[in-house]
Amino acid sequence: MILDSKIPAGPLAEKWTKHKFNMKLVNPANKRKYDVIVVGTGLAGASAAASLAELGYNVKAFCFQDSPRRAHSIAAQGGINAAKNYQNDGDSVFRLFYDTIKGGDYRAREGNVYRLAEVSVNIIDQCVAQGVPFAREYGGLLANRSFGGAQVSRTFYARGQTGQQLLLGAYSALSRQVANGKVKLYPRTEMMDVVKIDGHARGIITRNLITGAIEKHAAHAVLLCTGGYGNVFFLSTNAMGSNVTAAWRAHKRGAYFANPCYTQIHPTCIPVSGDHQSKLTLMSESLRNDGRVWVPSTVEMAEKLRKGQIKANDIPENDRDYYLERKYPSFGNLVPRDVASRNAKYVCDEGRGVNETGEAVFLDFRDAIKRDGEDTIRARYGNLFDMYQQITGENPYQVPMMIYPAVHYTMGGLWVDYNLSTTIPGLYALGEANFSDHGANRLGASALMQGLADGYFVIPYTVGDYLAQIGPSPVNADHPEFDKSIQEVKERIQKLLSIKGSKTVDYFHKKLGKIMWNECGMARTAEGLKQAKADIKALREEFWKDVKVLGENEELNQSLEKAHRVADFLELGELMIDDAFNREESCGGHFREEYQTPEGEALRDDENFAYVAAWKYLGEGQEEELHKEPLEFENVKLTQRSYK
Amino acid sequence: MKLTLKVWRQKNNADKGGFVSYPIDGISKDMSFLEMMDVLNEQLTEKGEDPVHFDHDCREGICGMCSLHINGKPHGPQQTTTCQLHMRSFSDGETITIEPWRAKAFPVVKDLVVDRSAFDRIIQAGGYVSVNTGGVPDANEIPIPKKIADEAFDAATCIGCGACVAACKNASAMLFTSAKISQLAMLPQGQVERKDRAEKMIAQMDAEGFGACTNTGACAAECPKGISLTNIARMNREYFTAAVTTENV
Repeated sequence: MILDSKIPAGPLAEKWTKHKFNMKLVNPANKRKYDVIVVGTGLAGASAAASLAELGYNVKAFCFQDSPRRAHSIAAQGGINAAKNYQNDGDSVFRLFYDTIKGGDYRAREGNVYRLAEVSVNIIDQCVAQGVPFAREYGGLLANRSFGGAQVSRTFYARGQTGQQLLLGAYSALSRQVANGKVKLYPRTEMMDVVKIDGHARGIITRNLITGAIEKHAAHAVLLCTGGYGNVFFLSTNAMGSNVTAAWRAHKRGAYFANPCYTQIHPTCIPVSGDHQSKLTLMSESLRNDGRVWVPSTVEMAEKLRKGQIKANDIPENDRDYYLERKYPSFGNLVPRDVASRNAKYVCDEGRGVNETGEAVFLDFRDAIKRDGEDTIRARYGNLFDMYQQITGENPYQVPMMIYPAVHYTMGGLWVDYNLSTTIPGLYALGEANFSDHGANRLGASALMQGLADGYFVIPYTVGDYLAQIGPSPVNADHPEFDKSIQEVKERIQKLLSIKGSKTVDYFHKKLGKIMWNECGMARTAEGLKQAKADIKALREEFWKDVKVLGENEELNQSLEKAHRVADFLELGELMIDDAFNREESCGGHFREEYQTPEGEALRDDENFAYVAAWKYLGEGQEEELHKEPLEFENVKLTQRSYK
Repeated sequence: MKLTLKVWRQKNNADKGGFVSYPIDGISKDMSFLEMMDVLNEQLTEKGEDPVHFDHDCREGICGMCSLHINGKPHGPQQTTTCQLHMRSFSDGETITIEPWRAKAFPVVKDLVVDRSAFDRIIQAGGYVSVNTGGVPDANEIPIPKKIADEAFDAATCIGCGACVAACKNASAMLFTSAKISQLAMLPQGQVERKDRAEKMIAQMDAEGFGACTNTGACAAECPKGISLTNIARMNREYFTAAVTTENV
């Protein structure tokens, strides 16, 4: 199959406008004849469900949490980018586009990214109209800050809780449509399968998490807005329930999975404290605007720190190595996430890590507090400092924070074309669940932008085009394909419950996480990946022989929920390894040790790898098939990223 | 640390439920409370006993999904969410009592899991500004004084966990409801539907079976996000203003 990205022809700046005009429209009176399923109620899902219902479509919205407001978009802290140029500092749609393409290490499509930058301005207008309380200046207008790797101030924020406020905005729009009767909500419901009829997605199979009932839902189109798969690493900044199951089941039904190896390791997280750790907590990278990253300049001094013989504040200025400022004088502490993370790993690998485990660096606010005063710093980051103190028991106003990179976001996801359609017609993927806009590395404050761009401003047009083409003939769940799928889901549940082995689901998840973190984390090698593939295969076999899932299907059963998700992670993990192995270059979040510049920076191979790797599932136990979508760059020149 | 956990077990909504005690050992002070519960559940599973079910998701104190009543207090001894509570807040040898939220409008689903969909229905009754996607003015055409924006933000930080209801002897949802009504009543965007919103959200709150407010302030004292009691005063004002000036008959 030739992957057709369906990027419209013509100049970059006119593509989306022209495309919007060329797409078919559904007559207003006919919209009520169409049913659309939206899985996931984060920024992408809630905004899509609300916008489609406003247009008149009948929407069913599903989430596994007890309320749509819990989706993990809520945890995003720092902000949302938009090319408003309110600060008169030289921002523009083209600059946001350019920064995003470059930040993604030239592994994203120009057309998609330009559209993202273009609609970014509408998102801010929309959110303000909903009553989202963004930060403001004394004159009453919106405030901005510069954020992670950007040299203009284009980030809109709501203290350190931007994701929460944006999600509650989208949730309020969704709630309004629930009240209007245009959206039917299905909380505590997990998608188990996609149902295809004549090659088109025509519905889903779900499990009611309270009663265990396996149910079928038919629709003219299905939107997966189910987030990323960072929890394959067990420890990540994702919510405990975040999972790949919906996307993976779609993949097994024929949706290609693109660039699974592109994972983002966020540089500013609270370090791991012990084996009991269940998740990692992110500290917004906005902290890097004022915090200075450093480690002691010698291994000896770091050792003394680790043993508790000296304290951070005892180390004199000239024995501190502000390594980001030293290596990257023009960007300093604001280098993109992948660069900041990798450098933290380097200094810790050298033995200069600063906590007991040797896997932490300092993020120091001493100079900022001296310059701006403690009150100013508190106003900017108060909630983050409180959170840090709550978790670690240390006061960051007095001692430097300790941070270490953690898995945070997955740029890979279901392959989609310009219309956000997967390779299964009628099945769409939005937000983090798709792969399309961030290339090999996502810039800070761009995830919220993409989720809302997809949901508010892209899908309402593109899904309409599809619906107009297929026509409004009613769909129902009587087709035998639904019952076949229900049968398969039930068999799988039965299988999981009947193994009655000796090891818990978490045992397998933690083991998988270790393999992934060690061999497919911040640095990867061909040899390590080969070993990891074998290890994962063996672990998967063991899982299906020896996992212990108690209880029954017909009740609230959290072990069973977890078992489903971990079983899918065990398959996805292997595909990530395959993808990382195949990509013999370093780019963005994918760093192959074999491919680096003499200075240790990522070395891309544009001649051979300027493509999207899209994987096709061929069947149980078979190697997946690689399809390549070449990336063409007409408007930017590919350069070696340099933040020096 | 060595602890005794006295945990509420209830198979489902129809079951009567009761406390079961579990001794637990080897708990580190650096663990979060929920990580301690993970340890318990791993041990129970290994023994072949049904693990304790509880709600949780982000474990960063923002999604509002975790909800335990610990030693008689919602989210335990600190003014934070349960997921942010760490074992250093407890002492070795302690007995910890863990219950679900107790409120008529939050029926128990299983063990420590309750149904808080009543909160969603209160928001659905009017907790929004009725704008469709697209066709809105430029964001900077709606200037808002910083002080007002900050106050609205403070109200908007409610995470909908339900601790206010669990803390209240009347199981009142006034703090939750007032936070949303306040946020939108303070902002220019919320003016058009201001009266209608207050009336409808309060009517829904009553219909869900939440109790009335007797101004004890337990809700604000236990709120992990510090939502202020001022919001309730503001909501009452909104409600009375609406009652005497509304066009609804």
